[in-house]
Amino acid sequence: MLRIAKLPIAVFALAIMVFPWTAHRIPAIEHYPDIMVFAGIYCLITMGLSLLMGYAGQISIGHAAFFGIGAYISAILTTNYGMNPWACMVIGMAVTAVVAVLVGAPSLKLRGHYLAMATLAFGIIIFIIFNEEIEWTGGPDGMSGIPGLTLFGFEFNSVERYYYLVWGFVIAAFIFTVNVIQSGTGRALRAIHASEPAARAMGVDVSRFKILVFVYSAVLASLAGSLYAHYLNFVNPATFDLFFSIKLLIMIALGGMHNIWGAIVGTGLITFLSNEWLYYFEEFEVIVYGAILLFVTVLLPDGLAGVPGIVKGWFRK
Amino acid sequence: MEENVLELQGVVMTFGGLMALSNLNFNVRRGMIKSIIGPNGAGKTTLFNVITGSFPPTQGTVKFKGQPIQHLKAHKIADRGISRTFQTVELFGNMTVLENVMLGCYTRIRTSFLASGFVLPRSRRKEKRIRETALKILKFIGLAHKFKDLADSLPLGEQKLLEIGRALASEPELICLDEPAAGLNETETHVASSLIRAINAKGITVLLVEHDMKVVMNISDEILVLNYGQKIAEGPPEEIRNSPRVIEAYLGGEA
Amino acid sequence: MEKITLASQLLQYLITGLTVGSVYAMVAVGFNIIYNVTEIINFAQGEFVMLGGLIMVFMNVAMGLPLILAFLATIILVTLVGILMDRLAIRPIRRPSVLTLIIATIAVSILIKGTASFIWGKDPFDLPAFSGRNPITFLGAVVQPQYFWVIGFLIVTAVALSIFFDRTIIGKAMSACADNPNAASLVGINVKQMILLSFALSAAIGAVAGITVTPISLMEYDRGAMLAVKGFGAAILGGLGSFPGAILGGLIMGSIESFGAGLISSGYKDAFALIVLLVILFFKPSGLLGSIEISRIKRF
Repeated sequence: MLRIAKLPIAVFALAIMVFPWTAHRIPAIEHYPDIMVFAGIYCLITMGLSLLMGYAGQISIGHAAFFGIGAYISAILTTNYGMNPWACMVIGMAVTAVVAVLVGAPSLKLRGHYLAMATLAFGIIIFIIFNEEIEWTGGPDGMSGIPGLTLFGFEFNSVERYYYLVWGFVIAAFIFTVNVIQSGTGRALRAIHASEPAARAMGVDVSRFKILVFVYSAVLASLAGSLYAHYLNFVNPATFDLFFSIKLLIMIALGGMHNIWGAIVGTGLITFLSNEWLYYFEEFEVIVYGAILLFVTVLLPDGLAGVPGIVKGWFRK
Repeated sequence: MEENVLELQGVVMTFGGLMALSNLNFNVRRGMIKSIIGPNGAGKTTLFNVITGSFPPTQGTVKFKGQPIQHLKAHKIADRGISRTFQTVELFGNMTVLENVMLGCYTRIRTSFLASGFVLPRSRRKEKRIRETALKILKFIGLAHKFKDLADSLPLGEQKLLEIGRALASEPELICLDEPAAGLNETETHVASSLIRAINAKGITVLLVEHDMKVVMNISDEILVLNYGQKIAEGPPEEIRNSPRVIEAYLGGEA
Repeated sequence: MEKITLASQLLQYLITGLTVGSVYAMVAVGFNIIYNVTEIINFAQGEFVMLGGLIMVFMNVAMGLPLILAFLATIILVTLVGILMDRLAIRPIRRPSVLTLIIATIAVSILIKGTASFIWGKDPFDLPAFSGRNPITFLGAVVQPQYFWVIGFLIVTAVALSIFFDRTIIGKAMSACADNPNAASLVGINVKQMILLSFALSAAIGAVAGITVTPISLMEYDRGAMLAVKGFGAAILGGLGSFPGAILGGLIMGSIESFGAGLISSGYKDAFALIVLLVILFFKPSGLLGSIEISRIKRF
């Protein structure tokens, strides 16, 4: 039975809550909450992607685009039109949902390689638009001066405040996603992954479900984009390039795509790897990612989430 | 009751230049067990695929309870009340026995994406009802003790039963069984055919494709014989058994 | 200075388009060779082109090897990379599925890209043109001599491949694997070896494309992904699996890109090919010369 226990979620939430407090007291990791903000933002994307890839069996190599659309809509509407950031966030998610339907509806009819290539092409097209529509996006130089977030006069103006905001979103989205997985909807998704003809024969509208999950994952990515823009107060296209889409793929594959926890673990590890541990070995970064991805694909098909099972297997022998 | 649950009129199915079904006409009366037999490649599975909407027929109409359904997608047809099993077992192998049957309930009880994400009390109640229905069906097909096992781990005989159970969970009026006894030993075959009878006794119309003639002759009310996509005979078992055309088709035409 | 007429300008776009298109055609042919034997789309196909260019620069410019020797050495090295890719990344996968195979080839592609950036850095490299850079003027359009080399090598590749697949036993055996791997292994064809050969062959063709195009457009470490996507677009446009289709698709793709960049917007140069790719995927995934029946029986 696919039950995701409640206790680990509670423990995880607690750990997230006390982390800044702990980090603050240990000089070596004092700046970790800042990295954790990025990890949280990326977790929002990978959670949705994990639902799409691991549970519905559909691949996307274009989610950097949805992340970017959210970020740019927030950036443009707040800086150029002075609109309320929260409203912009919602507008961003709505626009992303529409784009995701327009791209997803024809793409998700395609299978396997075709879908991968379609999403890849879509991602690159959006990236080119970010670079070329200079009047709107500022071109390759990007946009600065994006305001921070405030709620009823409370300013999310420190790393710690923003940390709690982002992880609040992450935990809410996590619980929502877990609920979906454990419901009839999640069952239908796993059924689609196992056998599309059988799922159809049981009344599951396969294409509708695929689009639904695609849109859900895109909307989460858009939310992440808005949070990113308001945290850094700056966006430029380089953040949303093809390599970022691949990085998302690595995060999910590393953690284990058939397990929602895998997305969280993989995202955390890769974020720390790129922002901290590999910081001084920048020229090795791409090689390391390639090696990790290859290693996981060939030797750990279920990612780190599959390791406990493998270890158990050893002891049983 | 003489009402026809299923009516096929002039159904033609071609693949490229190949004619898989040619001008097929037949009816299935409510409450009967009707079997479709014929040599390999006669078009039996194609016929099932047309009826259940896997692909639309090239020509002709398929009526379910008087309504044309040949243009509908497979999931819509399932919603209307036609369920099926597959010749090559198509279970959700990564899901448990119980979950497989629970998914079968999808046609009758479903929750929206948002409702399931927010775990509204409504969706929780639905989930409970689905679970109870599924457990009842598992008892009926005799797999209740294995509800926690992964579908993949079952022996073939039980997989076939589970597939029937999953189809039953959708509360169909017509159930299409594609070779439920293929690959089964004698005991398992016996279990399967008594299950089919029990399903029929519940008032569900059964359309059966089967190679095992003993099963077919024992449980069918009516038999339809296909050869090269054409109907060559139709009638009660004893009539079919003695039909020269059927014997000829099975023993090899020109000989 | 001569007056540039619209006609000569259009001719210029066409010639440039056909040249670039020849490179896409070679990438598309590379996709097809592997796809036909394994049903895998090799996302690292563009990296072979990039490697071809950069290794050639190393051999020819840095090592000072004569053109032909450098050319051969480069092809051998890139072919080795293709062979290693099959042995280390594709064959060891225990539960191959579309998803894992896509991810595995992506992994290889970034591994190659990362290694290239480590070896050559991030700057583009130039390679001397094979027969100088004195342009020929033709009806008002300027033609680099290297253009002929690129188009010529496409023709040579196409002819060599059609002889290989139609006339040689190994080529026929490879085609047999494509049609039915089980039957092929039953009649004694070593399917694993054929897969290895398909990776080797398609790496070699990628290298040829890279070597010939570098004198025109330079080469840097991160060119692979875009070449792969456009080459895939060409393969899809022509009909995945069809060799004449790949060549036709490549030439059309190159021309669309060239005319789009010249007449509409140069900033969106890369987007045109991708938009064409999306349009074909959405409306006619079987392409111009492909058949739907075939794509239906393919597993992936």
